[in-house]
Amino acid sequence: MQIAENILQTEDLSVFYGNKQVVTDVTLDVPRNHITAIIGPSGCGKSTLLRCFNRMNELIPDASITGKVLFEGQDLYAETVDPAEIRYQIGMVFQRPNPFPKSIYDNVAFGPRINGFRGNMDELVETSLKRAALWEEVKDRLHASALGLSGGQQQRLCIARTLAVEPQVILMDEPCSALDPIATLAIEEVMRELAEEYSIVIVTHNMQQAARVSHYTAFLMVEDQRIGILVEYGESRQIFTNPTDERTEAYITGRFG
Amino acid sequence: MARYEVAPGVTALEKDYSAQRRMRTRVIHERIARSVLFAFSTVSVLTTVGIVSVLLFEAIQFFQEVSPIEFLTGTRWTPLFASKHFGVLPLVTGTLLVAFLSMLVALPLGLLSAIYLSEYAPTRLRQIVKPILEILAGIPTVVYGYFALLFVTPLLRMISEDIAVFNALSASIVMGIMILPMVSSLSEDAMTAVPSALREAAYALGATKLEVATRVVVPSALSGIAASFILATSRAIGETMIVTVAAGQNPNFTLNPFVPIETMTAYIVQVSLGDAPAGTLEFKTIFAVALTLFCLTLIMNLLSQWVVRRFREQYE
Ligand SMILES: Nc1ncnc2c1ncn2[C@@H]1O[C@H](COP(=O)(O)OP(=O)(O)OP(=O)(O)O)[C@@H](O)[C@H]1O
Ligand SMILES: [Mg+2]
Repeated sequence: MQIAENILQTEDLSVFYGNKQVVTDVTLDVPRNHITAIIGPSGCGKSTLLRCFNRMNELIPDASITGKVLFEGQDLYAETVDPAEIRYQIGMVFQRPNPFPKSIYDNVAFGPRINGFRGNMDELVETSLKRAALWEEVKDRLHASALGLSGGQQQRLCIARTLAVEPQVILMDEPCSALDPIATLAIEEVMRELAEEYSIVIVTHNMQQAARVSHYTAFLMVEDQRIGILVEYGESRQIFTNPTDERTEAYITGRFG
Repeated sequence: MARYEVAPGVTALEKDYSAQRRMRTRVIHERIARSVLFAFSTVSVLTTVGIVSVLLFEAIQFFQEVSPIEFLTGTRWTPLFASKHFGVLPLVTGTLLVAFLSMLVALPLGLLSAIYLSEYAPTRLRQIVKPILEILAGIPTVVYGYFALLFVTPLLRMISEDIAVFNALSASIVMGIMILPMVSSLSEDAMTAVPSALREAAYALGATKLEVATRVVVPSALSGIAASFILATSRAIGETMIVTVAAGQNPNFTLNPFVPIETMTAYIVQVSLGDAPAGTLEFKTIFAVALTLFCLTLIMNLLSQWVVRRFREQYE
């Protein structure tokens, strides 16, 4: 498979919660400035795999990994690497919108503030909100509480908040699953524009969405009690029109999962 | 649901009838529940009304003999002496001094330990420490009083000769220790209740553990934390045994924590235990003092509720 330069790579990555293995020997390359989708049935380890890319799994007490994750060719789990620094460069948007109970402005400014941003904060907030296609809707109430926004607006606020720290990669875990079709399309539009500057990895249950927005698709599944097996990975066009593995075909045509 | 389904053969009318009957029993249940609950809340309201009216009734009699101006502005409190003075200010300053100093101990330490327990401590440790804290809160206050008098005061006096045997400082420190578990336990509850999705959001933006605690968890739990502060302060103002035992019985008009003072609660105990006969002016002083104490706590509560509401408006 011929792909662009890789920003993230995994080599034989396995993840365990206690003794339970939930990602099994995954080797995967994530290309720079493209959208990579991870699809698969519920419970197959998609979120877990995604959370390896910004070391969020470490927050779960008994989680451990084997294998490697490389970011720009560097070992992400090396002892010298500070996880906070990594998360600053690899942002994440969650399944349920989770704005802080602060004003819209303070939500966007949160990341820059803790990372010691010294420039013009108003400008940064404005550009971040614009890139997340939220500016027009909130410009008159920047200092109102973020909890007063609709679910779709909150999710775009969370995207804006992530963009404000100018990460290189954005990880999205089912960012549209709590949203209606119109809000979903708005966020997909945002993703397409972001892909010109950022590398995006998105977990989704929605096959149409994966087909619509992603350039590459990885299909994970559970087989014979083994969780988190990478069945197939390739260009989305090929995966959705002409999968090489029959299990992929069965899944995308809705025959199981 | 299935329980209420009507058999397929019944007519619309019968169906209607059973629905009506169901409705009626439900309405009756609702009514019973409501009246029982109403009765209970009435009891507590009536108790409060009763206490306040007794206070008012006796205090009014007191104020027929002593001018309220003298009472509220006088700086000497000697109702039990031959030359009587009825200035309540020394008792007020004594009360506020002890409350303030004990809050100085309890609030920061309580908040810090709550942050530690909720954000840093391993689950195992938290499961052990929390019940211990709650036991601490259950120790009788008289025990704390003698702990202050017999243990803390001698320690303080080793540090400085200027500290009297009965002093506000020792009582305040021990009262702070007594209230600390309450602050810590209630604040910790409020912090643990902050959704972990908010913590994850902050971590995902590159926040460190400390930043997550101070910039996300504490602000989000603010109304719960404030509520614990309010309760603690009211507790400190109303606390009786520790100050009676360790702070002395000298109504000094001073903010010096090294000398004996007297709080309003300690004065009430002193008169109740002494031999001022019921009905005398001396005896009535305790109702005037109690009314003052009541007003003080009330003002405190209203004030802090207002503060909490101000914060809330910003956040929710
Ligand atoms: N904290 C945890 N401790 C133990 N097991 C976990 C934990 N989190 C997830 N798992 C298990 O790991 C497996 C993979 O979970 P994961 O959340 O990665 O799945 P997913 O593919 O994202 O599913 P979904 O599509 O439903 O979100 C599941 O079997 C789940 O039960
Ligand atoms: Mg998931």
